[in-house]
Amino acid sequence: MLSIAGLSAEYGSFRALFDISLEVVAGEAVAVIGSNGAGKTTLMRVISGMLRARSGTMTFEGRSLIGLKAPHIVAAGIAHVPENRRLFPRLTVEENLRMGAFLPAARAEYDDRVAWVFDLFPRLKERRNQLAGTMSGGEQQMCAIGRALMSKPRLLLLDEPSAGLAPLVVQQVFDLVRRIRAEGFTVLIVEQNVQQALELADRAYLLEAGHIAHSGSARELLRSDVVQRAYLGL
Amino acid sequence: MSGRTRLWAALVVVLAALPLVLPDYFLHIAIQVLLWGFVYTAWAMMGRFGLTSLGHGAFMGVGAYTSALLWNLYDVTPWLGIPAGVGLAVLLALLIGYPCFHLRIVGHYFALVTLALSQVVALLVVAARDVTGGSLGMTPHAVDRPLYALQFPDRATFYFIALALWLAVIALRQRTDGGMRSAALQAIGEDETAAAAVGIDVLREKLRVTVVSAAITAFGGSLYVQYLMYVNPDTVSGVGVSLQIVFASIAGGMYGVLGPTVGALLTLSLTEGLRIAFGTHFIGAANTIYGILLILFIIFMPRGLVGVAEGALARRARRVKAAAP
Amino acid sequence: MQAVLDTVFDIYLLEAMLNGVLLGGVLALLALGLNLIFGVIDVVWICYAELVMCGMYAIYWLSAYFGWPFPVACLVAIAGVAGLGVLLHLVVIEPILNSAPINQLLATGGMLFFLQSLATLLFGTDFRNLGIRLPTFAIGDIYLSVARLIAFAVALVGAAALYLYLSRTYMGTAIRAIAQDREIMGLMGVDQRRIYLITSLVGGALAGLGACLLVLQYDVHPFIGLTFGPILFMICVLGGLGNMLGGMIAAFVMGQIIAIGGYFFSSELADVLAFVLFIVMIFLRPQGIFSR
Repeated sequence: MLSIAGLSAEYGSFRALFDISLEVVAGEAVAVIGSNGAGKTTLMRVISGMLRARSGTMTFEGRSLIGLKAPHIVAAGIAHVPENRRLFPRLTVEENLRMGAFLPAARAEYDDRVAWVFDLFPRLKERRNQLAGTMSGGEQQMCAIGRALMSKPRLLLLDEPSAGLAPLVVQQVFDLVRRIRAEGFTVLIVEQNVQQALELADRAYLLEAGHIAHSGSARELLRSDVVQRAYLGL
Repeated sequence: MSGRTRLWAALVVVLAALPLVLPDYFLHIAIQVLLWGFVYTAWAMMGRFGLTSLGHGAFMGVGAYTSALLWNLYDVTPWLGIPAGVGLAVLLALLIGYPCFHLRIVGHYFALVTLALSQVVALLVVAARDVTGGSLGMTPHAVDRPLYALQFPDRATFYFIALALWLAVIALRQRTDGGMRSAALQAIGEDETAAAAVGIDVLREKLRVTVVSAAITAFGGSLYVQYLMYVNPDTVSGVGVSLQIVFASIAGGMYGVLGPTVGALLTLSLTEGLRIAFGTHFIGAANTIYGILLILFIIFMPRGLVGVAEGALARRARRVKAAAP
Repeated sequence: MQAVLDTVFDIYLLEAMLNGVLLGGVLALLALGLNLIFGVIDVVWICYAELVMCGMYAIYWLSAYFGWPFPVACLVAIAGVAGLGVLLHLVVIEPILNSAPINQLLATGGMLFFLQSLATLLFGTDFRNLGIRLPTFAIGDIYLSVARLIAFAVALVGAAALYLYLSRTYMGTAIRAIAQDREIMGLMGVDQRRIYLITSLVGGALAGLGACLLVLQYDVHPFIGLTFGPILFMICVLGGLGNMLGGMIAAFVMGQIIAIGGYFFSSELADVLAFVLFIVMIFLRPQGIFSR
């Protein structure tokens, strides 16, 4: 579904990604793990069009994404749930969801889609008229994911969904992601929370200082020495 | 003598010799270039560090009207009247500057507050029309005591006064350039909090440069009245003048020492040129072009003409260096 | 005590205060436009009053030279100034969208010069009047001009319409959203540029509407922008730049200050008072009285 090869990106003169190659097959859940500053968020931003790649190729369902601006990438079927949720704080939950369905195709089916999202997240339905900025971290995360789902993406990008959340809430969020997967969505998730990410995913990549250091099935990586020592403190 | 000093000396000599060669009309223009260059350079002292004031019209107006009013109403010689005007402007600068800087009012909030200030001064002048002549302006009484009244029938004398003052402000700018003060202000301009963290007294530095800038501007205003023997609120205060000061300084290049003066040259040539070309047929043509130029300059040459020239010279120097074995 | 009561219930003072409210209405509408632009795009259109002037000249020109009926001229003017707003954004703002805010202020300052001078070039400096004379009517001893009342009513309707647009429509919600988080709008499939252009259109249209209302009450001349422009900025800053409700409230407060000041002193001193009060209030609360 998503094919990336030789991708590199930079912020001004600071090179953040070097020669990244990864694949996501339809129906999979793929995790990209790594510590702070490894380049995980940068990778997400390049895929969703927020940042321009310096070189490399990126195709989604056969279409090249290189050089496309964010709105076009959303239209192509990729939705990005940004780091730190980035909800519109002074808009209500429903208005936030509405923004997720801005694309004409989504807008036409707005009523169906919002009903479906509320079905998935009953808690959001309760708070539909509440200002997004006043909700708890977990609820905001649900809203952010719901917002991304409004465009019925074929690939969902999740940028550090566990950031800033209490452990119990993190578990809830990951269970939610499992439910979304069950509905048939393909998910690419970047995470610092290695345990949760690798338990959720089918395959994973390890990103270190802008390079792909390891890749393989999630289970392999979870049991590998590198991961065990460096990230799980074992 | 270093090459630079030689260049400056040559410039001074050329400028000093101008009254001998220039016809009266051009001398008149030259004096205005020097006076406005004086004022613009004073503005740029603040402007180049991000303290963009849209209120320098207020200081100029205060300087101009204080000395003119003291003369007309109380026969106070400009030798005292001008310092009085400068003092008043300093007071005003402190009054506005202290709260602004203490409260960290910067950027366009600062610009809008200073804009309000220039409006206040302009409006006060108009409101006190019985004394100041309002929008019609006023003329200092002419007397035949040149030194006492600082009124010189001979243009050349005025030229030398203007030249001397202009050189003084340029010298001031040169001297403070690259010094500790200017480095401190640059740091403040980039990141106030960081500057404060390294021990720079942000409030004092900002206040100091504001006060100096205001004082010099007021001085320029008074001198302007003495030279033209006429003043009205639109030429020395208000939004129009404030914007004109900013425009000229930016067009010339507020980061360079001579930038603002180049700006004065540019704007005055433009106004005069248009006036000659079109006479009274196209009032407003000059400012229309000003407006377009200001927009173009901000978009394409935010560092002004001098900045562009300096950039070109720097690139040339680098190429020469790279080519040298 | 009697003297105070006499002053407060002075019929002329009441008249002044009422006029202040009516004045506040139009200022509030214009403040909405300015705040919309600033709140969404994060730029201050220093030439906003000059856009209004353009609208006023357009109405004058269309009705005086072409004999078009006033309402038609108004609609054309609103459309025209709306277009001018879009042009302003495309030509002046877009190239410097990421520059220092002061550069944006100066660029629109250049536009201010340009518009004022262009008007001088085209129409000269004399005051032009539409020649529409609307009656005044009296409530007891208080005389109110119908023109002012209409302006006030239309201004309120305009404000209400803007509110409905921003809160009920899709585009309106998008405009509110982009003001809260510009960067991720792209992830919503929204073209940031398009939203900015629409916002500029609406801001220009509001200026155009303001022009229709002002031209009923005042003569137009190239520098009319200077009479209410600076006050408009003070209003917006006081209300908190970008805060639409704060701007409206500040507009009515300023309207009162100017009206009451004008009653007790001269009109210039009233303006001076307004500015001085502005400076004082900014020092008391630098973010503006009503900002969050």
